[in-house]
Amino acid sequence: MSKANLLDRRQVVSTLLANRKDVVAIGGLGASTNDMCAAGDHARNFYLWGGMGGAAMIGLGLALAQPKLPVLVITGDGEMLMGLGSLATIGLQKPANLSIAVLDNEAYGETGGQTSHTTVAADLVGIAKACGIADSRAVTTMAEVEAFAKAVHDLSAGPRFANVKIDSAGLERILPTRDGTYIVNRIRGDLGFQPI
Amino acid sequence: MHARADAADTAPNWPDDIFATLQRFDVRQVPYVPDAGHSKLIQRVLDSSTMRGIPLTTEEEGVALLAGAWAGGQRGVLLMQSSGVGNCINMLSLIPILRFPFLTLVTMRGEWGEFNPWQVPMGSTTQGVFELSGVHVLRASHAAEVPAVLEAAAAQAYNALTPTAVLLSQRLIGAKVFTK
Repeated sequence: MSKANLLDRRQVVSTLLANRKDVVAIGGLGASTNDMCAAGDHARNFYLWGGMGGAAMIGLGLALAQPKLPVLVITGDGEMLMGLGSLATIGLQKPANLSIAVLDNEAYGETGGQTSHTTVAADLVGIAKACGIADSRAVTTMAEVEAFAKAVHDLSAGPRFANVKIDSAGLERILPTRDGTYIVNRIRGDLGFQPI
Repeated sequence: MHARADAADTAPNWPDDIFATLQRFDVRQVPYVPDAGHSKLIQRVLDSSTMRGIPLTTEEEGVALLAGAWAGGQRGVLLMQSSGVGNCINMLSLIPILRFPFLTLVTMRGEWGEFNPWQVPMGSTTQGVFELSGVHVLRASHAAEVPAVLEAAAAQAYNALTPTAVLLSQRLIGAKVFTK
C-alpha cells in the first residue's frame, strides 16, 4: 500500500515541534497524539484520546483565548474528515495564531488500516482553502514541513493549514498520559492559571 | 413568528436577562448554531465588546471549542436548539474527562403547541440525552424565572464545574407558527 517518497510521521512531528518555544500543541485522537508524545512530552501538549473530530475546534477555542500564543493542531486525515465543518468555522473566525497540520496516510491506521476518503477523492487542502483558510498547503517534502514549522510562529498571517502526506507504516506506540484533567490543568498551570 | 407563547411572556426581555448574567460571569466565547428563540441573545453577543459569538456548522463543534477555551483560560457558553443536542452526544464525553466548565442554553422545540412533528422525537429526548451524558438539566418556562434559573446554572457550571443545560421552554419562547 505504501507509495514512494512519503514522509515519516515521527520525523514530521519532531520537526514541527523542534523549536516550539511557546507553542500549545493539540494532538488528535489516534497515532497523531502518540507522535506528539514521541517527540517529547511537554506541559503544553494537549493529548486527545477521544472526541474524534474535535481537535481543530479545541485549537480554535485555545487560539481565541490566547491570541498571542501560537496554537498548533496535529491530527490525522480520519480525525480531520470527521470535523470538516470546523474548517468552515475556523475560516470564518480567521484566528491568526492557529495552524493545523494533518498527517495524511490515507487510512484509518488505528482500526486496521481501512482506506480513508483522502485516498482518491477528498482533497483536504482544497477543502481548507475553499473554507476561507487562504494559506493551505499540500506538503510532500521535509523542507516544506520545516517552512510550515517556522510559519506557525508568525502570529499575523494565520490561520494556516498543511496536509502532509505520510507513510502508512504502523509504528511502535508511544503512549502519552490518558488523564484528561491532568492534561488540561497542566496546560492551564503553564499558562499561569490557578485551579478553580 | 412566535405567536403561541403565554400572553404574559410575549415581551421578550428575558434574552437581556440572560446576556446580563453571562456578562457578570465573565463569559467570553459564545459558540452557537442559530435558532429563532436565541436570535435576540445572539445579536446582543455579536454586538458585545467582551464576548465573541462563534457560528458553528454543527453543535458538537461548540463542545470541543469550550474545552479549548478553558485550557486557554476563558469561559464560554453554547447556544443551540433542542435538535442540536443529539449532534453533541459523543463530544459531551470530553466534559467529565477534561473537567471544564460546561454551560449550554437550549431553546426547546417539539413540545408546547408544536406544529412540526419532525421536531418532536429529539425534543422529547433532549432532557434524557443530557442526563444520560452527565449534564444536569434546569428548565425555565416563564420569563419571570429566567434570571434566577440562569444565575443558578451559571453559578454551578462555573463555580462547581457541574455540567449544566438550561432548557428554555417552548412555552417561554412561543411555538413557531407556520402560515401559508
